[in-house]
Amino acid sequence: MARVVFTQNLQRHVECPPSTGEGQTVREVLDAVFAQNPRARSFVLDEHGALRNHMAVFVDGRLIRDRARQSDEVRADAEIYIMQALSGG
Amino acid sequence: MSDRLHVGTRKGLFTYSRRAGRWSVERVGFLGDTVGLVHCDGRDHMLYASLELGHFGNKLRRSPDQGATFEDCGVPEYPPKPEGLVDLNPMQQKPIEWKLDKIWSLQSGNADQPGALWAGTIPGGLFVSNNHGTSWQIVSTLWNHPSRQKWFGGGAEKPGIHSVLVDPGNSRRITIGVSCGGVWHSDDGGETFRVTGNGIRAEYMPPEQALDPEIQDPHQVVQCRARPECFWVQHHNGIFKSTDGGASWQEIKDVKPSVFGFAVAVHPRDPDTAWFIPAVKDEKRYPFDGKVVVTRTRDGGKSFEILTKGLPQEHAYDLVYRHGLDIDAIGQRLVFGSTTGALFVSENQGDSWECLSSHLPPIYCVRFAV
Repeated sequence: MARVVFTQNLQRHVECPPSTGEGQTVREVLDAVFAQNPRARSFVLDEHGALRNHMAVFVDGRLIRDRARQSDEVRADAEIYIMQALSGG
Repeated sequence: MSDRLHVGTRKGLFTYSRRAGRWSVERVGFLGDTVGLVHCDGRDHMLYASLELGHFGNKLRRSPDQGATFEDCGVPEYPPKPEGLVDLNPMQQKPIEWKLDKIWSLQSGNADQPGALWAGTIPGGLFVSNNHGTSWQIVSTLWNHPSRQKWFGGGAEKPGIHSVLVDPGNSRRITIGVSCGGVWHSDDGGETFRVTGNGIRAEYMPPEQALDPEIQDPHQVVQCRARPECFWVQHHNGIFKSTDGGASWQEIKDVKPSVFGFAVAVHPRDPDTAWFIPAVKDEKRYPFDGKVVVTRTRDGGKSFEILTKGLPQEHAYDLVYRHGLDIDAIGQRLVFGSTTGALFVSENQGDSWECLSSHLPPIYCVRFAV
């Protein structure tokens, strides 16, 4: 299963411990993680499921390309980091 | 009079209370986070706080105990934009994303609609909740109105609804103010909307479009509770009032030191009494001569007093935003807060002012508890 780690700055708003989820794409993994932690979803994704403007997702060290649908493929044991882009302040 | 007030700032929510004749900070909430808007619901005393969390988006919280505890509300969500639909911000010719940028106004329904809550937002959507903000629905008749294509940003890049007013005597009569999109009314609870603005003019448009009601920039619209047919507008280039429900508007000219500003308050029982906080006009936006003043009319705009007692009169550069001025339910106390973090209260309709702090974070919104 892929491992998802959230930025430390999100923890004061909603508890987001490192989590694991199954999926072929970033979105499938995130859906699995948010199913366990639904409150976290709106902090990362907007109302249409796109990555928020100033959030960044790295998969095995690389930024994802499909910010709207997160269709980027992931390995079964991928490391996914959900970070803040410095552009947002 | 209300002995408690809430101050939404760039760095938190500050609640002041008045005990033994003195105002002091009772509580600080969300310290470090932007509280862009505060709303107090007079029906059930619920306090709403709109958080603007930057990277993490907008969140709405409500408190049944004046800020001691908060719980999550829902947040207005825009519908998906239909594929192929062209929806451009006319000034920039850039596509408008159908996503929530900001909750810019919150308003309660009347007692006959418990749980009804309205939200005006950027980029221009009006939303309604029937369950105290737990969930929201966009008012599609307004969002899909063809005239929305003419709306553009004022202050913000995208258009937004900053004023939502519910007629105290008729819950189906709704008025909204849009920057820049004019003043709109509904007589059927939001099922249909019509623009008004006969008499409002825009200096920032070419002459042939200056009187177009759908491109006006009313910085704030307020309504007299006892005489809901009476409105005041602090507009981008002037002060306007209507005494016939918006059918016609009169411009109030030659108000010293300036007719420019963002905030306006009207007395809840006397529609002829209103307050403004003027600034040097649009391209500069600071108090005239570095003196913070409040202007007050008691005769419907025929004359104005310049109120200065207790306000800084040299090298003061406080600007007061549209939600930065409030009046209490009986029309006796006023409060305003500035971009430079100064907070002033008047116990006597503005005759004199007390500075509660000059070191708060930039203030976006002040509201007396009700």
